[in-house]
Amino acid sequence: MHEMSLAQGILDLVEQSAQREQFTRVQELRLEVGALAGVEISALQFALDTMSQSGILHGAQIVIDTPPAQAWCMQCSQTVEITERGQACPKCNGYQIQATTGTELRVVDMVVID
Amino acid sequence: MCTVCGCGNATMEHQEHIKANPMGDLHFGQGIAGVSLPNVSQARTIKLEQDVLGANNEIAQRNRAHFDSHSVRAFNLVSSPGSGKTTLLCATIEALKTRHPKTQVAVIEGDQQTSNDADRIRATGAPAIQVNTGKGCHLDAMMIERAFNALSIHDHSHGEGHNHTHAHLHAPASTANLASMTFSPVHKDHADHRTANASTILFIENVGNLVCPAMWDLGERAKVAILSVTEGEDKPLKYPDMFAAASVMVLNKIDLLPYLNFDLDKCIAFAKRVNPTIDIIQVSATSGAGMDEWLAWLQKS
Repeated sequence: MHEMSLAQGILDLVEQSAQREQFTRVQELRLEVGALAGVEISALQFALDTMSQSGILHGAQIVIDTPPAQAWCMQCSQTVEITERGQACPKCNGYQIQATTGTELRVVDMVVID
Repeated sequence: MCTVCGCGNATMEHQEHIKANPMGDLHFGQGIAGVSLPNVSQARTIKLEQDVLGANNEIAQRNRAHFDSHSVRAFNLVSSPGSGKTTLLCATIEALKTRHPKTQVAVIEGDQQTSNDADRIRATGAPAIQVNTGKGCHLDAMMIERAFNALSIHDHSHGEGHNHTHAHLHAPASTANLASMTFSPVHKDHADHRTANASTILFIENVGNLVCPAMWDLGERAKVAILSVTEGEDKPLKYPDMFAAASVMVLNKIDLLPYLNFDLDKCIAFAKRVNPTIDIIQVSATSGAGMDEWLAWLQKS
């Protein structure tokens, strides 16, 4: 259920930005949630949809990009792509891999209306 | 809609429809549509690139600096409900009293409600603050900032008149009036005054939950994941984010192993699979087995 807290954090960022940049509505909000960010996308989408019923996000289209994660395989000595933790290296099937990216959880940009 | 070009799908490049020449003059009509309508707003794109957890992480960093300046080493204890966190904490406090009497211990207890756990800790003589999250499923850095300021270990070092030179901000404990937080009385009359060099361990017992607390940095030195052998050995695979975020996995209740079908080797292999560098310590808070190794880990971390 931490997705509700995250949605609130996203709304806070948008509202802070609205004060700074002087806009009143968001038409499109683009987020990036890495594969290892520990976020259930559908729960986050649900929480954001609930918050978009009124206020600055009213009617906003929420776009969530989910880039795959990268990990370093110690056996292959190279970077490989993974989609979840505990996954074997797609090249050698070993488990000696350490995630290097994938925990991103960011508000990337938004299209706003003054 | 972008009213410069009439496009319904405005993106960054539409801002460029407003052309500026080297003199700084603005030309609104040079977009594809060739017009600009007064009093009709134009959609524009704002790049934010901001971390959603940025506000929490900022407070967590402040907590970290604050802990350092008070010689406090903080550990964030995470597990599912019923893993024996509080029992392990009580046993750890008792063991530290006899084996490392100079080490002070304080505890911040996180639960949805009741102060039962803080009461159990206070019965050992260690100061404890209960933080009740209400409907919240995790502790966040702001809760820890408030709770730490209300703790006696913090209070003493500020009240004794020693050179207090660290440059950190204090959120006043007196403002700790969040409806969802309840604080125990602060033990201002504690007789055992610590010196600036004394080592203090602050245990933060998170809300029993193997999912959400993985994401929130509280300013701790390390996350300690506690897994009891009465749970499944595949928990590290089922809740990989938590075991990936933890520096150590403490396998608790090992005195019960003879009565269970818990595959110890598999459990360790699963934990290493999601986190190749995780330390693993086997303990029984009840029998005292493994406590030496656990205390040694705490002292070196």
